[in-house]
Parts: sequence; structure tokens; C-alpha cells
Amino acid sequence: MAITLLVLMWISVTVYALLAGADFGAGAWDLLSGRTGPGARRRALIEHSIGPVWEANHVWLIFVLVLMWTAFPPLFAAVSSTLYIPLTLVALGVIARGSAFAFRKAVTELWQQRIFGAAFAFSSLVTPFFLGAIAGGVASGRVPPGLARGDVVTSWLNPTSVLCGALAVLAGMYLAAVYLTADARRTGQPELAAEFRWRALVIGVVTGLVAAAGLIVVHSDAPRLWAGLSGRALPLVALSGAAGVASLALLAVRRYLLVRVTAALAVAAVLWGWGAAQYPHLLAAAPGLTVAQAAAGRATLQATLISAGVGIALLAPSLAWLFLLFQRGRPVSPPASSSPAEP
Amino acid sequence: MAGIAAAKTLTALYLSTGTGGSQTADPVAARSQMGFSLGWHIILACLGVGLPGLVLFAEWRGWRTGDPWYQLLARRWAKALGVLFAVGAVSGTILSFEMGVLWAGLMDHYGSVIGLPFSIEGFAFFIEAIFLGIYLYGWDRLSPRVHLLSGVPIVVAGILSAFFVVTANSWMNSPRGFKIVNGRLTGVDPWAAMFNPATGPETTHMILAAFMVTGFLVASVYAVAMLRGRTDRYHRLGLLIPLTFGVIMTPIQIVVGDWAARYVGSEQPLKLAAMEGLNASGRHVPESIGGYYAGGQLHWALKIPDGLSLLVHLSPNGYVTGLQSAPPDNRPGLITLIHLSFDTMVGIGFALLLLGAWLALAWWRTRTIPPSIWFLRATAVSGIAAVMAMEAGWIVTEVGRQPWIVYGVLRVANAVNPAPGLSWGLVAVVTVYALLTVVTVYVLRRLARNRPVPDAPQESDVTGYKVV
Repeated sequence: MAITLLVLMWISVTVYALLAGADFGAGAWDLLSGRTGPGARRRALIEHSIGPVWEANHVWLIFVLVLMWTAFPPLFAAVSSTLYIPLTLVALGVIARGSAFAFRKAVTELWQQRIFGAAFAFSSLVTPFFLGAIAGGVASGRVPPGLARGDVVTSWLNPTSVLCGALAVLAGMYLAAVYLTADARRTGQPELAAEFRWRALVIGVVTGLVAAAGLIVVHSDAPRLWAGLSGRALPLVALSGAAGVASLALLAVRRYLLVRVTAALAVAAVLWGWGAAQYPHLLAAAPGLTVAQAAAGRATLQATLISAGVGIALLAPSLAWLFLLFQRGRPVSPPASSSPAEP
Repeated sequence: MAGIAAAKTLTALYLSTGTGGSQTADPVAARSQMGFSLGWHIILACLGVGLPGLVLFAEWRGWRTGDPWYQLLARRWAKALGVLFAVGAVSGTILSFEMGVLWAGLMDHYGSVIGLPFSIEGFAFFIEAIFLGIYLYGWDRLSPRVHLLSGVPIVVAGILSAFFVVTANSWMNSPRGFKIVNGRLTGVDPWAAMFNPATGPETTHMILAAFMVTGFLVASVYAVAMLRGRTDRYHRLGLLIPLTFGVIMTPIQIVVGDWAARYVGSEQPLKLAAMEGLNASGRHVPESIGGYYAGGQLHWALKIPDGLSLLVHLSPNGYVTGLQSAPPDNRPGLITLIHLSFDTMVGIGFALLLLGAWLALAWWRTRTIPPSIWFLRATAVSGIAAVMAMEAGWIVTEVGRQPWIVYGVLRVANAVNPAPGLSWGLVAVVTVYALLTVVTVYVLRRLARNRPVPDAPQESDVTGYKVV
């Protein structure tokens, strides 16, 4: 049962990365959308795409946390006590991102939209970096079991964490550009689709290069992770690379819906590669923490599985309705000249 | 109680492993940060539980009667709901982080006991967020009937979220569903932990409080507008619907509050003693109102003879436990704060009951809102008052449980994350929240002013008002 819940938790991590990661990436593109006038169409598309779904996408993170502390309490305690600084920064970034996005939609004056837009975009860039840095700290074995046993600074300020932080930002931007390309075409804006296609191609190449260069960082900074990635997890690493190359090719030939699949696969394969490299250790740092050591008792696991089953049965159709409703959406209405943020 | 033995073994466990009570641990900073962010979020959470019902009611009336005032009210409330829900969702996120960032010791040992309601709450909140997206963004896409129905899960899931998350707090007051044998946690039964003796009174009390906060807070906005001369039908409806909702909940809440106090009296006698500033145990204990606690007794309080004995046991001879019955390091501190918070909560509750009686009387006789300016003034402050009562209630629950984080089982000092520098987190959180408060209030005010309510709404005024 512990394995099932671990898989469930890791699926949540993956979905969060693929959906909320792209929402963060879209916010970063908002930052890079250019001056108010010319950038208005891009910002309108971004807002139109993430508006109805970002709150639901965000909940996957809550899931990861509650599943972790219910099913693997020592893991949650160790990670959150040692890495409390980046976790607090992520929480504050989540607050800034979500509220600024909601506020920008609610106000009508340009200078206010600019301030909220800047807060939204900046926090969209910073928050995934710290999330990646947290992952890097865990992956490179800098979080020992126990309460605050790791270094509260170097556990997230280290080569692997910086690499993972950068990759998290880039991957989010890459996914966002890929999703937005298809959204732009669906809503009848071919010129915007072309713009985001170029962005996706460029950021896709950059992400691939950083990931490849990152293997060198991992090799020297996190030898155990390297051993796992180049050993058991090698097929997944290769799959990620292949899916990344395929995505670039599909973008080149303008297969915008198919590229969503391969781009998501490229990102997901990295996450599952990390998981496979580390398994059965949840924490690699000595003395280590395995799944069996961290798992809660049978009654708890059983109750969590039952409630997760009922929850998923309710969730799946609701979620399907939400995405279908807005993926079959109407074209974006042209933005009013004085209000760049209104869709 | 098995809990005391459990606490001793746990303390021993902490000392032997060296993870608890280290010099760097900062329980005061952690408690301040948790109290601050929770106290802030809970106002938004109340609106998240109560407001969807009000919006749906207005939308339903507008649909059935074709009355454009109701339709406009529904749209404008929905727009505010969108902003409030977003801020509530993200300000709730930090609380999940804080469970580990601040209370790593609690989650390390008891995550498996109280994790379940949080997991279920996660699903309920997910449903809420999904349907809120459908409801707000689908306003002009779905048929009126389907749209109205798409709002129902928001109401249900909102109430369920509140229920499940409060069961976790009720477990901290009445820990059940586990055993400690030789310092190890065994026999964990998460269902028994979730449905503990505090669950019934605490969850009911909180959900009703959420309804009251929403009702009086929304009504107070329109009372202020009416005091400024906007007495048209839109503002009268905006006042009457939420106020009626709050007024209906008030007497029920007072009865439930009595149930909650009886629970405290039987399960957490020291908390009741703190609420009453009662030092010595005894019979014929008076009910004390106001005053301050110093040097082991309550000064300047108004005393009603035998009052507390009567309230707790329905008998003037009823025995009530005082603070002295426990060793000093097992007693809560800040008795004056707990006592006055309790009095504030109860006092406001009865004041709101009077306000409701005033409305009911006027409505019964003349079918109008009482024409007195004092009624509007009272309604205008009722929103803030309801929030104060709710916050005071949480102070009673949380400060009254000290020094325990899990009553009789785990001390706050042993639950806190021992990492250095927690107080910087407090500074960052307070700064961000101060800013967030100012901006949220500002944006909500702009929302109302940017699009003034028309004197006689046409259909175009209604459909032209975009919810998102």
C-alpha cells in the first residue's frame, strides 16, 4: 500500500509540474511579453488560457503535501524542517502570484494592472526556481532524516539545487509556450501561434542544453544520483531526451497538439527518472530513509487509499468537465485598447 | 489519562534523540507566525464557505423572478467571490507548508494520525476550486439551470472542507485513535482520531461562525452604503439577504456554543478554568464577566452567583475545576487574554442576537428594514464584530490549549521545528500579509466603485457586467 501511495504522490508531483508548472511558465512569458501595447495580445492569451484552471492546477501541490505527511510523516518532517527557507519563499511566491493575478483582472487602470502584472510575472519566475531548488536538495542527498538535521542554507543553495531550479523555470516556460501555441491557433490567432512556436523552439533547445550540461553538474555534485540516473533510470533519461528532440521536430512541422504530449513526456520522464534513480530511498543522505522506514502504519495507509479512491472518482469527471469546457472555448475577444489585461 | 503517560514517554524520546527542546528552537516565533497566518486566512475561509451560498441564492431568485436587481447582485457578488477565493486559496496554501516548516515535530510523530482529514479536505478543496472555475468562467456559456447547478458543489465542498480541516484541530483538543507503547506510536486508527469528542461541537461551531461572518460582513457593506444615502432596492436587497442569513444562524450558534463550552468543561477543564479566570476548584462557582487575572485571582470581574456551576452542570452545586488543580507548567498562561476573548465572543454573539431580534420585529410588523439610522449603524459594525467574535473564539481554543499542541500528549515546545532563524520567517510573513491586506481591501473597494450600480438596471446592465 505504501508503494501505491508513493506512486499516487509522484503522479501528483508530475501533474503539478505539467499543469501548474506551465501556469508558472505562462507567467514568466507574461514578463517577457514586451511593452504594454504590443504585448497586450500575448498577455490576453496567457490570461485567457490559465484563468479558469490555475487554482485547480495549484491544488495538486496541496495533494503532494498532505499525501506526504499522512503516508510518509518522517519524510515530510525532515524535508520541511531542513528546507524551511525555500519552502517559506515558495509559499510567499504562491501568495504573490495568485493574488496578483486575481487583482490584475479586477482593476481597470493601466498603472495598477502594470504593478499587479509585474508582481504576478516576477513571482511566476521565482517560485518554480525555489521548488526546483528544493527538489535538488532532496535529490542530491542533502536532507538527512530527522528534524532540521541538514544545513538550512546549503541544502538548497548548491550546484544541483541551482541546476534543478533553473530547469524547473525553463521546463515550465517550455511547456507553457507549447500549450499556448495550440491555444492561440484554436482561438483563431495564427500570428500569436507563430510567435509562441518560435518561443517554444528556442526555450526547448535551451532547456535541452541546460539539462545535458546539468548531467555534468550531477556527476560531480551528486554522485549517488548520477549512479542512479546512469544506471537503473537510464531508459527514462533516454526517453526524456528522445521526447525532447521529437517535440522540437513536431514544433518544426507545426503539429501543435501532438507536441503537447511529447513535451509533457519529456518533462515527466525526468521526474520519474529521478524517482527511479533514488528508489527505494526517499532520502539518500545518511543514514537514509527508505519507503518502508518512512511509511505510516497499515490503518493510515488503508484509510488514505480509500479516501483517495473516492476522491478520484469524484474528481476525474469534474476535472474533465473543467478542461473540456474551456479547451473547446470561444475565440479570445480582441483586447480593449486601454486595458491590456482584459481578455 | 493515557495522554499524560504518553507525553512523558515522548518527552523522554525527544531528550534521548536530542531533537526536541534544542537551544535554537523558537516556539514563540512559530506560534506567532502560525497564529497570524491562520487568523488571517480564516476570515477568507469563512467567506469561501458562506459566500457561494449567498451568490447562488441571489442567482436563483434572479432566474426565477427575472428581477434584474437580483441578477446584478449575483454577478457583482460572484466577481468579489472570484477575488476572495483566489486570495483565500493561496493564503491557505502557506498553512500546509507551515505544518512542516513550523511544526515538524508534530507531523513527524502524528502525521499518520491526523493526516487523513487533511487528505480528504484536499479532495474537497479540489472539487471546490474546479467548480468555482466552471461557475465563474462558465457564467455566460452554460444554460441558467446548468450554471446554477454547477454552483452547488462549491457550497457543499466548501462546508465539507471546513468540517474536515476543523476535525484535525479537534483532534489536537481531544487526541484519540492511537496508543504510545514504550515511546512508540502504535494502534493508529485515523477514523477514530478524526471523529473524536471535540469533533461535533467544534466543527458545527466553526461552520456556523463562517456563515455568521459572511452574513454580517456582506450586510455591513450595504449598511455603510445605505448610511451614505444609497437606499435603492439593490442596496436594500444587498443588506437584507446576507443579514437574514446571519440573523438566522445566530440563535443556533448560541445553542451550539453552549454545547461547545460543555465539551470544554468535561474534556479540557483547565481551558474552561482559563476562560473563566477560575483559580480554585469548587462548588457554587460564580460566572465571571470582564476583569483581569493577576496574582492567582480575577480582579474587577462582574460575578453572577453560582452562574458557572449552573452553566456547566445545570446545578448550583456543580463542581468546577480551577487552574490550581494542575501543576504550574501544565497550566495555560495569558489567562486575562483567554478570559476576555471568551467574554468578547459571547458578548458579541448576544449583541448580534439583539440586532436580529430588532430586524425580525420590524419585519413582522411592517415588512421593512427598521427605518432607524441606529439599525444601519449597528449593521454597519456587525461585520467587523462577527469577525472579532470568531477570532476571539480561536484565541480561546488555541491559547487555552497551551502549553500543549496536542492536549495532554505533546507540548508546543517539543513540536516546533528546531532549525535556526524561524523568526525571519515571521517577519517575512507579517510583511507580505500586511501588504496583502491593504491591497485586497483596496481592490474590493475599486471593484464596487469602478462600475457603479445603475439607478434602474436594464438587461444590458446585467449581461454587460462580466464576472471574469
